[in-house]
Amino acid sequence: MKKEYTITVYTENQIGLLNRIAIIFSRRKINIESLNTSPSESEGIHRFTILINETEEVVRKLCRQIEKQVEVLKAYYNTEDEIVWQELAMYKVSTDAIAEKVKVERLLREYGARAVVIRKDYTVFETSGHREETDRLIKVLEPHGLIEFVRSARVAIIKSSNGFHEKLKQFEQLEPGEEVIENEYLSKQAEVFSM
Amino acid sequence: MDTVITAPNKTATSTSKPTVSISGSQAVLEALLAENATTIFGYPGGAIMPIYDALYDYTNQIKHILVRHEQGAIHAAQGFARSSGKTGVVFATSGPGATNLVTGLADAMIDSTPLVCITGQVFAHLLGTDAFQEVDVINITTPVTKWNYQITDATEIPHVLAKAFFIAGTGRPGPVLIDITKNAQLQKFEYSGYEKCNHIRSYRPKPIIRKSYIEEAAKVINEAKKPFVIFGQGVILGKAEQELKAFIEKGNFPAAWTLLGLSALPTDHPLNMGMLGMHGNYGPNVLTNECDVLIAVGMRFDDRVTGRLDKYAKQAKVIHLDIDPAEIDKNVQTTVPVWGDCKETLPMLTQLIQPNNHTAWINRFREYAQQEYDVVIQNELNPTSSIMTMGEVIKTLNELTNGEAIVVTDVGQHQMVACRYAKFNQSKSNITSGGAGTMGFGLPAAIGAKFGAPNRTVVAIIGDGGFQMTLQELGTIMQFNVDVKILILNNEFLGMVRQWQQLFHDKRYSFVDITSPNFVQLAKAYHIEGNSIKDRSQLKNALQTMLNHKGSYLLEVMVGKENNVFPMVPQGCSVAEIRLQ
Repeated sequence: MKKEYTITVYTENQIGLLNRIAIIFSRRKINIESLNTSPSESEGIHRFTILINETEEVVRKLCRQIEKQVEVLKAYYNTEDEIVWQELAMYKVSTDAIAEKVKVERLLREYGARAVVIRKDYTVFETSGHREETDRLIKVLEPHGLIEFVRSARVAIIKSSNGFHEKLKQFEQLEPGEEVIENEYLSKQAEVFSM
Repeated sequence: MDTVITAPNKTATSTSKPTVSISGSQAVLEALLAENATTIFGYPGGAIMPIYDALYDYTNQIKHILVRHEQGAIHAAQGFARSSGKTGVVFATSGPGATNLVTGLADAMIDSTPLVCITGQVFAHLLGTDAFQEVDVINITTPVTKWNYQITDATEIPHVLAKAFFIAGTGRPGPVLIDITKNAQLQKFEYSGYEKCNHIRSYRPKPIIRKSYIEEAAKVINEAKKPFVIFGQGVILGKAEQELKAFIEKGNFPAAWTLLGLSALPTDHPLNMGMLGMHGNYGPNVLTNECDVLIAVGMRFDDRVTGRLDKYAKQAKVIHLDIDPAEIDKNVQTTVPVWGDCKETLPMLTQLIQPNNHTAWINRFREYAQQEYDVVIQNELNPTSSIMTMGEVIKTLNELTNGEAIVVTDVGQHQMVACRYAKFNQSKSNITSGGAGTMGFGLPAAIGAKFGAPNRTVVAIIGDGGFQMTLQELGTIMQFNVDVKILILNNEFLGMVRQWQQLFHDKRYSFVDITSPNFVQLAKAYHIEGNSIKDRSQLKNALQTMLNHKGSYLLEVMVGKENNVFPMVPQGCSVAEIRLQ
């Protein structure tokens, strides 16, 4: 069954790596719902957050292919309940509309939106949250004249992760410890062997 | 220049390493010397001229083979890598020079061949300006390289090339492309010597071997009543031929090979049951769906091996030994995965398995072999009609070479027949384009194979179609006196496509009727001796003459026009549905 998976990839910061990772998806005609690159908790290590809609089997194979790339240190995939995630959204509305209609300002407050820029002609608000929340704000703003809307890619924190610092130390050694190569078999060993 | 450049002892500052001023181009050649990569296949051009200029001073240490087309260079480097076990090196210029490498890169990628390709690129300041012979080589080659990198500054050259050789040759090998802008080739910099790379923190060539998995695999194997070993090129790449032999001999496991696993186990080994897959042998295919434990070693369950996947070995527990974690469970669900280099994992397994004889089970293979012999092989090797078959040519060649030759094939019917019937006594003797199925691979790969194994006889078996795809490399053979025996099996058709059109498209022979030039005269134009024969009575002598000839030789053998390769697993069928006719 297809569902939303968030893939987190720790990589070196290398030109061309984005392409190498992107073609793993496009080659298999898999649409990337969103993709974000940013620094990670470890200095010099980049973190990709990729959102796709696929079956677990496909996602697992994709992660193996991603990890196979020379400059990729590690790829993880998680379901919605295993992560804390946010998306940032920005809305541009006419300043007149806000000034005239108190209702609009109330709406924005209700949704936790914050004014980033206030000009004579327009005001830009931003808010962050889950997809449904930022979507709902579009719906309620539309009747009052939404001039521009943009939403960022998903960023996600893995609930069970202890971060990458210790892993990185392992990777830097010639003979990394076993935990570096951890995989789903380890935790499901009994299941695997009883097949 | 006779010696390797070493930095002088005297330096300006005592704390830093001693340095010497050299150009980026020199640094490239110093890297090749340090990596002992002294045979290069290449073709010069504008953007790689500084490297060729530097090469001029290195010609007594580095052998450069000037090919006739860059595709020829990369296939030759592949042949070199496959016959020698070393990394092949290619030089090409920017733009079309580099794009001509793409087919070979794709071929090397899917067949895990270690290559380092060095391409010239326009000056860094011209990148992205649509300059003359500028092509975005890095992005074009990304899907078909294990790693690629563009150098725009000479100081990067030593450590990037060290990385390139490390990545190409370790783990699951593959092609690496390094694109060097012209300014970096010309740039002088302070060189402090070459240091080989042995670690990249984001790259783990070998997964860590887990003992518990080995133990579990051994347990499953020891409980097996009908174990079956299938092996691929991983055995050859891992130099684990002896380890494989010891493993199958201790357990008395019947074993079969993929197209690229061929020659890892001698043909006449009693446990060698033959080839897997679409045109493989009868027993290995049918019994894949009867075995209770399938032990796959260094192979990747290609669709040409498995046939219809949802009907492949469903009854069996699968043990998969592979160095590439991405291969585990990719196509076939594994019961016990054994990640690691099979050079290390096979002996660990051998130690834990109990000797067994599996006589009844092995006899099943022999029964199927007999049936296949009666229906297919007998006729192919000893035809009653006056028209020659490809099989009898290979059989006669076997008699004359005693399985000692390196056999390089192109792609098509002759390839399947050669791999089915050629005899091999030693590893790294079968060189063919497997995963990519690149027609035109044979002739240039044979040239490279000869440079990789100069003391061995190299026979290039090629069809009339594939030969015409890269026949310009006869020029390379001529210029460098490459002792390659070219055996053209001419059926005056693009035979494999014709066979499919006959079997699956109502005999609608759409554009498979290919005409050929006079191959012998063509060879003569290149000062290569040759002969063409039609009659069986001439076959043995003609082959003997070819093999005895000093230097290269071309022999064309006219074979049956509409012969088919059997057995065959039709596309979309399970391996058990293999057809004998």
